[in-house]
Amino acid sequence: MARNRETLLLLLDVGPSMHKVLPELEKVCSMLVEKKLVYHKSDQVGIILFGTEDTKNELTREVGGYEHVVVLQDTKVVDGDLVEALQQLPRGTFNGDFLDAIIVGMDILIKKFGETDKKKKRLCLITNALSPVKDPFEGTKEGQVVTIAEQLVRHGMGMESIVVRERLNGTATKRIMDENDHLLNIFAKKTSAKLVYVESPTSLLGALRTRNISPVTIFRGDLELSSKMKIKVWVYKKTSEEKFPTLKKYSDKAPPTDKFATHEVKVDYEYKSVEDPSRVVPPEERIKGYRYGPQVVPIAPSEWDAVKFKPEKSVKLLGFTNASNILRHYYMKDANVFIADPGNTRAIIAVSALARAMKEENKVAIVRCVWRHGQGNVIVGVLTPNVSDKDNIPDSFNFNVLPFVEDVREFQFPSFNNFPASWQPNEQQQEAADDLVKLLDLAPSGKEEALQPEFTPNPILQRFYHHLDLKSKHPDAAIPPLDETLKRITEPDPELFSLNKSAIDAFRRSFELKDNPKLKKSTRRILREKTSGSNMGKGFADISVQSLNSIENTSAVKIEIIGDLTPVQDFETMMSRRDSPEWIGKAIKDMKNKIFDLVEDSYEGDNYPKALECLVALRKGCILEQEPKQFNDFLRHLCKFCREKNLSSFCEFLTSKELTLISKTEAIDSEVSDDEARSFLVKSDTKVE
Amino acid sequence: MDLDPDDVFRDDEDDPDNELYLERESTKELLVYLVDASPKMFSTTSLAGDQKDETHFQIALSCISQSLKTRIINSSYDEVAICFFNTREKKNLLDINGVFIFNVAEREFLDRPTARLIKEFDCVEERFMKEIGSQYGIVSGTRENSLYNALWVAQALLRKGSAKMADKRILLFTNEDDPFGNVKGATKIDMTRTTLQRAKDAQDLGISIEILPLSWPDEEFNVSLFYADLSGLEGDDLAQFFPSTVEKLQDMKDQLRKRMFKKRIVKRITFSIANGLSIELNSYALIRPALPGAITWLDSVSNRPLKTERSFLCSDTGALLQEPPKRYQSYKNENITFSVEELSEIKRVTTGNLHLLGFKPLSCLKDHHNLRPSTFVFPSDEEVIGSTCIFIALHRSMLRLKRFALAFYGSSSRPQLVALIAQDEIISHGGQIEPPGMHMIHLPYSEDIRHVEEVYSYSNGATPKATDDQIMKAAALMKRIDFKDFSVCQFSNPALQRHYAVLQALALEELDIPETNDETLPDEEGMSRPRVVSALEEFKLSVYGDNDDVESELVDNGKASETSKKRKAIAENAVKECANFDWDDLADSGKLKDLTVVELKFYLTAHKLPVGGKKEALISRILTHMGK
Repeated sequence: MARNRETLLLLLDVGPSMHKVLPELEKVCSMLVEKKLVYHKSDQVGIILFGTEDTKNELTREVGGYEHVVVLQDTKVVDGDLVEALQQLPRGTFNGDFLDAIIVGMDILIKKFGETDKKKKRLCLITNALSPVKDPFEGTKEGQVVTIAEQLVRHGMGMESIVVRERLNGTATKRIMDENDHLLNIFAKKTSAKLVYVESPTSLLGALRTRNISPVTIFRGDLELSSKMKIKVWVYKKTSEEKFPTLKKYSDKAPPTDKFATHEVKVDYEYKSVEDPSRVVPPEERIKGYRYGPQVVPIAPSEWDAVKFKPEKSVKLLGFTNASNILRHYYMKDANVFIADPGNTRAIIAVSALARAMKEENKVAIVRCVWRHGQGNVIVGVLTPNVSDKDNIPDSFNFNVLPFVEDVREFQFPSFNNFPASWQPNEQQQEAADDLVKLLDLAPSGKEEALQPEFTPNPILQRFYHHLDLKSKHPDAAIPPLDETLKRITEPDPELFSLNKSAIDAFRRSFELKDNPKLKKSTRRILREKTSGSNMGKGFADISVQSLNSIENTSAVKIEIIGDLTPVQDFETMMSRRDSPEWIGKAIKDMKNKIFDLVEDSYEGDNYPKALECLVALRKGCILEQEPKQFNDFLRHLCKFCREKNLSSFCEFLTSKELTLISKTEAIDSEVSDDEARSFLVKSDTKVE
Repeated sequence: MDLDPDDVFRDDEDDPDNELYLERESTKELLVYLVDASPKMFSTTSLAGDQKDETHFQIALSCISQSLKTRIINSSYDEVAICFFNTREKKNLLDINGVFIFNVAEREFLDRPTARLIKEFDCVEERFMKEIGSQYGIVSGTRENSLYNALWVAQALLRKGSAKMADKRILLFTNEDDPFGNVKGATKIDMTRTTLQRAKDAQDLGISIEILPLSWPDEEFNVSLFYADLSGLEGDDLAQFFPSTVEKLQDMKDQLRKRMFKKRIVKRITFSIANGLSIELNSYALIRPALPGAITWLDSVSNRPLKTERSFLCSDTGALLQEPPKRYQSYKNENITFSVEELSEIKRVTTGNLHLLGFKPLSCLKDHHNLRPSTFVFPSDEEVIGSTCIFIALHRSMLRLKRFALAFYGSSSRPQLVALIAQDEIISHGGQIEPPGMHMIHLPYSEDIRHVEEVYSYSNGATPKATDDQIMKAAALMKRIDFKDFSVCQFSNPALQRHYAVLQALALEELDIPETNDETLPDEEGMSRPRVVSALEEFKLSVYGDNDDVESELVDNGKASETSKKRKAIAENAVKECANFDWDDLADSGKLKDLTVVELKFYLTAHKLPVGGKKEALISRILTHMGK
């Protein structure tokens, strides 16, 4: 743990032009520290701001200059204060000079560690690089940058720059931008620094690597083209799912006074014989069995070792084939990357030659891999070329696992051409679909590709760490709603959709959708989903009015009034009708009347259960349709009516069945609090008696 | 439930796609293979082009045998019966003529497939004529109707279990498209009517009857004569289920194989496209890694399965807990607790639907944008009429414009971005190779992607890149080692084959375990063809130069060489130290245990054996190595 301890300096531009993205900057930086608090507790982080009103750094005291650079936090082991400091960054008033900030940061690290300390040191610059860099006292800006870059390399400091910028920012700043970009590029070239440009706030959240995992090879050895021709390669994981953190089970049995309680839970497994459940079978009397049909075949480990499949560690080429023979959906797992042994120039050239030839000829290679000695299975996968467009990054291969015969289930599906004509889109519908596919473009030319996996953070993890931090301050903190910026990942971009509203409307008009009238149960399912989901369900109703009227003539079920036989079902069907928004109002109104009738016509309470059923259905419908007031008013009115008509036994009946008003937690529009909802009937009862 | 102790540390809520991997008992199938054994099934027609004479009967048997083998591995809860009709002998519950149920010991007629059943079924053909016999059952003059009898027997077998709990199916293999061709007049009409009625009765009980027609390439199996009515299919459905006549026997086998398994829907998905317009999709798991079955712990004496009990103990007090309701994460030296509801609420970022976000060109989907096996989606009009039409329209547009759809899939285990790739139907030789539909590919987030290449970027100057000549040589090499018709799943998994071969042998108490063939090894013979060898040599020469000794190049990565030097030094030292002991003597006198672990390790290192484990393990390893 401590071996991999890293010191990170965040160099954050808080100048006026950055204000727009500062909220996201705060989020991603605080998340970075939150994650370090979980995974790398001994890492150190420091914060330097530039573009601030004030100036506070050692260099300005020692040599002067370096204005508007504030060392907000000297490097220290991560803690809650850091998170808080990052959550409320001050807004600066000056245009910051990122070069000054880099020098200040470098100075801090050099002073702290000297030249010899080999610990991991990293600078992370986040800026929009819109404001000019000051001219140095001597030499050129370029020369200065080269000097700084050399210093960085000499001291073993890594650097990462994230430039947040929407393209086309006016021509006035174009010159400055170009110059800055050029300077940053020198850094990238000279120091193996990472330089990324992001446009949207969402990709800013994804651009900063919030958790550093040092890569570990899964294989080092020969890629055997044949027994005589081998290439030295290292294989790494290219993608690997960052899991939701594994939480431990919590025991609250320890007395609260016990300060040293671990609150841990131990999980114990006991193996008991079926005949005699009281007897625990000790480990030496157990044997592993494998299922084969209804039989379980016992096999001792030694026996198994003797007969099991034991391939030798190796990576062998099976052959090349056309890229079109490997369809994309056959990739089975997370991807790996094959890079040539970095110290072996000839291996790099061999990989490069193969990769480039494969790309030119549109071929891929099939390989058989056994990564480790003693591995019990082989993997057959495909190598695809990964030709680098940067000078300083070598060519490599992507590797993906392919399925075996046993992994594939060959189901047969009907051909689209065999479907009835009514299921085939006509010309006009096809055109509408074409337009939709063309216009809802997430990667328009001249703009950043939206939601590129490389820059799209996992919204669930973001939310978890945020909540974790909130809880550390207030144990009862509620789960925060999903951040607006993160909603761009989970929901369609309203801007993109409203921009193409005409295409979407045309698409919707071209097709007609309706629920299958034969399936009552499932229509309810859709009703529920529609309303409990987001606000996207609205506006569904108006599309299919005409179509419904023309087609529905054939279908028998078309509920327009609530009958006596099955009032609940009728009500639900009516509520789920989409052909006109009026149905909901009508359904509620009719249901109310029905309930009144039932209560009124009741003889010694014989209709009460049915009335209750209706009430429950009405209540549910009102919650779904966000009409709590309708129900609450009605229930109040009904109770009043009952008492006046000497039917308070019905109120008692309702109380006994625990029917309540709709509270605020159930439907946000309700004006009734939880307590009020619960006590409504109880209270009114006592009043009467 | 089998609990694997190795799995203790896995997060309970977090096991992805559990539903995709597990075969549940509740979705089992009850299946009767009904095989026509009439003399016509045994006739051979020698055809030019086909290698050997194979009767339809043999084809049916081999298909069933294959499907049994797959079933015992993948869905061993399924119950099957194998039933021949048009037989000389009879063996069935109703004791009616012309129907023979094949079975083995310790097994009911309709039961889960066992190792013995598979084994004996493989040699049923040899014994068939002697023990079961073939005899055409429907002849003019008698009132006997073997097809009717067969359906009756199958239906009686499938009486077991409720239709809700299981899928009940009859698979009927025949090459006779007109079973009542031999009888005439009123008898024929009567027989047809009663047989159809019998089939309809069975279907009313929730049993589906599927016909697997066998035919020779030059003749057509005319389903409209009789079987279309029997299977209860009409019009377009018929065209889907009865593929056109095939040209090659192998194609027919492939088709039969595909049709023997019932499609299982993994999940119904609502795909919301825009502003409330949602269509209905069914998802299918077409590709999932097949794994050897779970381990069950047995009592080593009685070989009876053991019951696993899990209990939670409080580490502080030792008290026995119910399933603990809370989880915690240590953060800033505090334990922050979460309830299970809170955790699932955090993960719920949208409704469980699939939300369309937009479209991108296919080139945006990189090869490393992959985490898990893909899921296939196909439209359904069952609940929302019109879904299929919209789906087809989008499918065509996406294919034509070479774009994929980006969507957010809010599943409860891991909500994530997915790419929907439209796949056009691919048909070859009358059989479907790729079904039409869309494949859902699970995309990584930025946290999941590692930038390994950049770690090894060169800070000074450019990395070496291949020259045009070297690329040309590589291309020439590729032409020599080229798979012309590579299909993705042409290899069977050698580890799995071996696993089940061993299990089958042990289950049948056979002593010798059959050798399994590893198809994944490179084709040595092909690789040693002179043209391949020369292409390899040329490529090697062009990238490695004249100097043949690849190893001679010094590794200029200081760190790596340092560790390897260290390792070498340790090994040398071990060899030296090792010589100080008389190992044979020590082993014989049982004094190995008096040595220290460090001393034991000298031996192991010197002989390049693993050095891990406890002292006893080290000693036993030494003894094994010495052959004692």
